[in-house]
Amino acid sequence: MAAGVTGGPFDGDSGEMPAVDSSRVLYADPGLPDRIFRGVARGGGGLVLTVMLLVGGFLLYRAWPALDRAGWSFLTTESWEPDAGSFGIAAVMVGTVLIALVAIVVAVPLAVGAALYISEYARPGIRSTLISIVDLMAAVPSVVYGLWGLFFFEGAIIPTARWIATYLGWFPPLSVVGVDPNDPLSTATVYTSSTLIAGIVVGFMVAPVICSVMREVFTQAPAGEREGAYALGATRWGMIRSVVLPFGKGGMIGGTMLGLGRALGETIAVYLIISPVFVIQWHIIQSGTSSVSSLIALRYGEASPFAMSALMAAGLALFVMTLIVNFAASSIVARSRSGAASDA
Amino acid sequence: MTLAPETPPSVTAERRTVLPASRPRPAEPGGERRRSLALGRATDTYALLGAAGAAVGLTALLFVWLLPFNGAVGFACVGYVIFLGLYALLVSFDEDGATVRDRLAGVVVRTAGLLLLAALAFVIVYTLWEGRRALPHLNFFTEDMKLSGPLEPLSVGGILHAIVGTLEQIGIALVLTVPAGLLCAVFLNEVPGRFARFVRTVVEAMTALPSIVAGLFIYATVILTLGADRSGLAASLALSVMMLPIIIRASDVVIRLVPGTLREASYALGTSRWRTAWHVVLPTARSGLTTSVILGTARGVGETSPVLLTAGFSAEMNADPFDGSQVSLPLATFEFVKSPEPNMIARGFGTAATLMALVLLLFIAARIIGGRAPGQLSRRQTHRRVLASRRDAERFATRTRTGTDGHKPAAPSATPFRSSP
Repeated sequence: MAAGVTGGPFDGDSGEMPAVDSSRVLYADPGLPDRIFRGVARGGGGLVLTVMLLVGGFLLYRAWPALDRAGWSFLTTESWEPDAGSFGIAAVMVGTVLIALVAIVVAVPLAVGAALYISEYARPGIRSTLISIVDLMAAVPSVVYGLWGLFFFEGAIIPTARWIATYLGWFPPLSVVGVDPNDPLSTATVYTSSTLIAGIVVGFMVAPVICSVMREVFTQAPAGEREGAYALGATRWGMIRSVVLPFGKGGMIGGTMLGLGRALGETIAVYLIISPVFVIQWHIIQSGTSSVSSLIALRYGEASPFAMSALMAAGLALFVMTLIVNFAASSIVARSRSGAASDA
Repeated sequence: MTLAPETPPSVTAERRTVLPASRPRPAEPGGERRRSLALGRATDTYALLGAAGAAVGLTALLFVWLLPFNGAVGFACVGYVIFLGLYALLVSFDEDGATVRDRLAGVVVRTAGLLLLAALAFVIVYTLWEGRRALPHLNFFTEDMKLSGPLEPLSVGGILHAIVGTLEQIGIALVLTVPAGLLCAVFLNEVPGRFARFVRTVVEAMTALPSIVAGLFIYATVILTLGADRSGLAASLALSVMMLPIIIRASDVVIRLVPGTLREASYALGTSRWRTAWHVVLPTARSGLTTSVILGTARGVGETSPVLLTAGFSAEMNADPFDGSQVSLPLATFEFVKSPEPNMIARGFGTAATLMALVLLLFIAARIIGGRAPGQLSRRQTHRRVLASRRDAERFATRTRTGTDGHKPAAPSATPFRSSP
């Protein structure tokens, strides 16, 4: 449309030229439609901003009574009895972090391997299919993973968990309290509903997310450097180690932290698998653990107004933690060499 | 085929380039032989097979006779470690250290890739397999659970109410999030500035919002503070709060990929900003935008926790999202499997399989529509564009013809360029 430029600097040039050149004020009138467009777009942005800030602000506002009453003991108390005045996130936060750590330990090697496989080893013909499959895997609903974990995996892992407890039990987090591992008739229920099981299931859930970030970064490794490495006589693994991995380091860290953020916030799969306890549970293969999100899902229904406020405070703490992890991830990715084009 | 422009066409036919492949090959008495360029050698395969066989045998020996181990997972782990060791040993007989490391890394990377894919296949197949008892009953898709208690056989009752609930909730959530999300993404890219940067940071922060907290927010505002009942609408609001940042983020990335040259060309033609956004940026990014919306939908459809807090639970059909509890597919799955009755658990798996089919459908749709870089056209779009430019060429031709005798300045065309069809 020509309407946008009619208000250009030549409009006022009817008189003769001034004797001396002076810098003119350049002003382009964008026109009414454009001003409306900018207004609407800005309004849309503002609306979204309002909604987002409202969520954060409202959480803080509702959480404040509980935070005010609990004070710093909110961070150190293990039990969760808000109506009795004793509540804190020490136990649930430790549970959340442990589950997320187990998930990351499981997911990262799988994701690195799968990402390298797709970007370096797979034949070009099947590469796009593999990419679609991994993306699809990231979209599988978490309740499906939860069902799998609850009905299949929990039973399948008991022999392994028993083996770990028997032979690696000298390492305190891997020990199980209150059961003699050498007694073949001892009950198996102490090995179910544990941090380890929840963590592995969540790990399978976040692995595709991590994998797709890493794959994207690996494929961007410059072809010239790859060929240079080959020309110097590197094997394929030598090339990967000296070109692809250093190039993709930022993306690897960023993708891992993105997965960590997802793992921290996961609710339903964890809720289905664990049996909640409100003490700090360091023994990751022992039954009973807890997480912030499953605490909310468990207790929101019968909560009194004050208990609701306490749940809000727990949710806020979780949100702050995932926020820190996500921002750390995006700043690491943005600062790395490969990060400019990737969207982690 | 490069031809000098002055070559007459009659000579062209004789001067055709002849590809070397079509020449007859010389007989090869000791001459050139075709070499295989494949990287794999037979000895590699032998080493792989030998190591695998030896590992299985050795592990079986360890498990059955020597060590107090048991369990399939343990067998696989121990066997894999033994396999790696044996394979390294076999390769090291005729290769140097660097090659041994290369082979080992190749095996480990391939295993990890296969393991991840196998895990996906297993999760999906397991759900379908466990749902096999519920899925064949047609009534599973045409009835609700009003008349069927936990002990009722699978030939009574179904999940129609959950299907309807899911479709309505996600529909409302899409109506709310797609316009707002796309507008915000356009804003972030087309009206840049300090405010846009701030909004982008906040949106990025909100993608970290755990979905349960989104549900808790709606529960606390709409249900506790405003006093509304739990309903499908509250559930879709919670889904919207969760999906909005995801959709904005994905669309922002897609719009950012639109080549700047296209925008500049449009501005250079004197186009205003909003027309550039509407006729150049959005059509160019259309397939990517559709993909990001569909993938956001797939995330939202499968999300249980926001719905758990806000939708309530009902066993009977409630087609009105604005009034009364309304159940959705993930929530129904969750409630079914909490029951100890085998029939309810079978229903839960059937519901999960249905949900997964829905996600798969959305995903396939996203792959068909999207998956192309911005500006890359489908065949039909290319065809339409060719037709349009042919029409333009004719129009210009007529205009030059009329212009030579009348020589009046051509009136500016209504649209200076064609938007993609």
